[in-house]
Amino acid sequence: MKHDKRHDLSQYPLRLEGDNVPMVRFQNVTKRYGSLTVLDGLNLDVAEGEMVTIIGPSGSGKTTVLRMLMTLETIDSGVIYVDGEPLTHMEKNGRLVRANAAHLRLIRSKIGMCFQHFNLFPHMTALGNCIEGPMQVLGLSKQEAEERALELLDLVGMADKRDQHPSRLSGGQQQRVAIARALAMRPKVMLFDEVTSALDPEVISEVTGVIRGLVDQHNLTMLMVTHQIGFAREISDRICLFFDGKIEEQGSPEMLLDNPQNERTQQFLSAVLEAN
Amino acid sequence: MPYLDFLMTYSSRFIDGTLITLGQFGLAALVAIVAALISGLMKMAHSKTMRAIAIIYIEIFRGTSLLVQLYWFYFVLPLFGFTLEKFTVGFLTVGLCYGAYGAELVRGAIQSVPRGQWEAALALNMSPAKRMQRIILPQALVAILPPWGNLMIEILKGTALVALISVADLMFETRQVNNNTYLSAQAFGTALIIYYIFARFMVTPIMRWLERVMARKIGRT
Ligand SMILES: Nc1ncnc2c1ncn2[C@@H]1O[C@H](COP(=O)(O)OP(=O)(O)O)[C@@H](O)[C@H]1O
Ligand SMILES: [Mg+2]
Repeated sequence: MKHDKRHDLSQYPLRLEGDNVPMVRFQNVTKRYGSLTVLDGLNLDVAEGEMVTIIGPSGSGKTTVLRMLMTLETIDSGVIYVDGEPLTHMEKNGRLVRANAAHLRLIRSKIGMCFQHFNLFPHMTALGNCIEGPMQVLGLSKQEAEERALELLDLVGMADKRDQHPSRLSGGQQQRVAIARALAMRPKVMLFDEVTSALDPEVISEVTGVIRGLVDQHNLTMLMVTHQIGFAREISDRICLFFDGKIEEQGSPEMLLDNPQNERTQQFLSAVLEAN
Repeated sequence: MPYLDFLMTYSSRFIDGTLITLGQFGLAALVAIVAALISGLMKMAHSKTMRAIAIIYIEIFRGTSLLVQLYWFYFVLPLFGFTLEKFTVGFLTVGLCYGAYGAELVRGAIQSVPRGQWEAALALNMSPAKRMQRIILPQALVAILPPWGNLMIEILKGTALVALISVADLMFETRQVNNNTYLSAQAFGTALIIYYIFARFMVTPIMRWLERVMARKIGRT
C-alpha cells in the first residue's frame, strides 16, 4: 500500500531501553483488512508480569490485537515491541525494516497463545500435544519434553488424561491441555483469546481456575480477551475497553468497572451485566 | 476345450502377466503418490515459478490421453535420445498420469485441514516445513484416503494400456493367448476376473483398512 511506503519508521526506537521497558508495546499500530481499518493507531504497553484484560463489543478488534502479537497477522503501520526488541521489524544498518522469517521466529519464541476453539492437534494425545513444540522446536529430548509436559499437565489437572486424544476430552479438558501445550514452550507472554467462550457454563471454572493459578507466577505476562467481566475484575491488573479499534477507556478493574468515565463504557458494561 | 483345461494349459501365461501387472500397478501407484504430493504442494507454494511448473505438469497429464502419453514416452522420447526400458515407461507414464489427478486430491486434503491447526502450529513457533510435515500432512492423509482409494483402482485399470507398448502384463499375455487359441471368451473372461479380484478383494480392502488405521491414529474412533 502506498501509504505504508511513506510510513516513516525513523520515529520508532530500534529497541526499548531504560528502567521501565514494557514486556509488550504496541506503538501506533494500525491494522486494515482492505478498506476496513480494524485497529487505528493503537498504543498499548503491558509491563512484565502484568495481567491485562481486553473487553469490548464483538468486532472491536480484540482478537486482532492478540493475533498481531502472535504474528498470525501482519500490521500496516506502527511497531510492536516484545521484551524491548521490535517484533514486527528488525534492525538493519541502523534502521528498522520489516522483520524477516528468522527474526519473527526468534521473537515469537517469547509468546504463547491459547485459542477460543483450543486447536489441539487431533492426531496426538494430550501428552503428544505438549511435547510436540519442545521436541520439534526447542530440540528437547523425548524424556526432557515428557518431564516438562507432565509437570504442566499436572498443573492443569490433566495428568491422568495424558494418553487420551483430544476427541475423547471435553471442551474444558481440551482447553486445559492447550494451556499446558503453550506453557511447555516457556513463553514470557501468554495470550488468551476468549478461551472460555466455546465452553459449557459448568466447565468454565476448570479453565479460569488454571488461569488464576498462572497469575501468581510473577514472571508471566498475560494478555487476555474475555467476556467474563467478573473473572476479569478478579484477576486483572488492568482492563482495557476496546471500541471500534481503539482503546476507549482503561484502568484498574475497580476504576473501569465501578466508576467508568465514559458514556460508551457505561453502556457496554450495563449491556454485558444484563446479559450475564 | 473345457475352461478348466484352458486354465491348466495357459495358467503360467496368466500368472506371468498378473505378476507384471502387479509390478506395474505397485510402481505406478508409488510414482503417482510422489508426483501428486510434490505437484500438489508446489501448486500451493508462494513462488510463482513453482506453481507454474505444477500447473503445466497437471494440465499436460490430465488434459491428454494416457495412451498418447505412453506412445509419446515410448516412441517419441527416443528420437530425442532418451530411451527407457518399456517396463519403466509403462509404470512411469501411468504413475505420472494419475499423479496429476492425485495432485488435486492432495491440495484439497491439505486445504481441508482447519486453519486453526496452522495457527496453533505457528504459535508453537514451528517452521513451515515442520508445520506441514508434523501437523498438516498427517491430518490431510486421513482426508485423502477415501478418494485416493478410487484413484488406486483407476491406476490398476490404467496399467492395462501398457500392453500396447508391449509390456508383457496381464492384458498383453491375454491377447497372446487369444491370438494363439481364438478362445476369446475364455481368455478375456479370465483377465476380467483377475482384474476384478484385485480391485475388489485387494485394493479396496487395503484402502479401507488404511482408513480405519488412520482414523484410529487420529483418535476418531
Ligand atoms: N481475516 C479478516 N478479513 C477481513 N476482516 C476481518 C478479518 N479478521 C477480522 N476482520 C474484521 O476485523 C474486525 C475486528 O475483528 P476481531 O479482532 O476479530 O474482533 P473481536 O475479537 O473484537 O470480536 C471485525 O470487523 C472483523 O469482521
Ligand atoms: Mg474475538
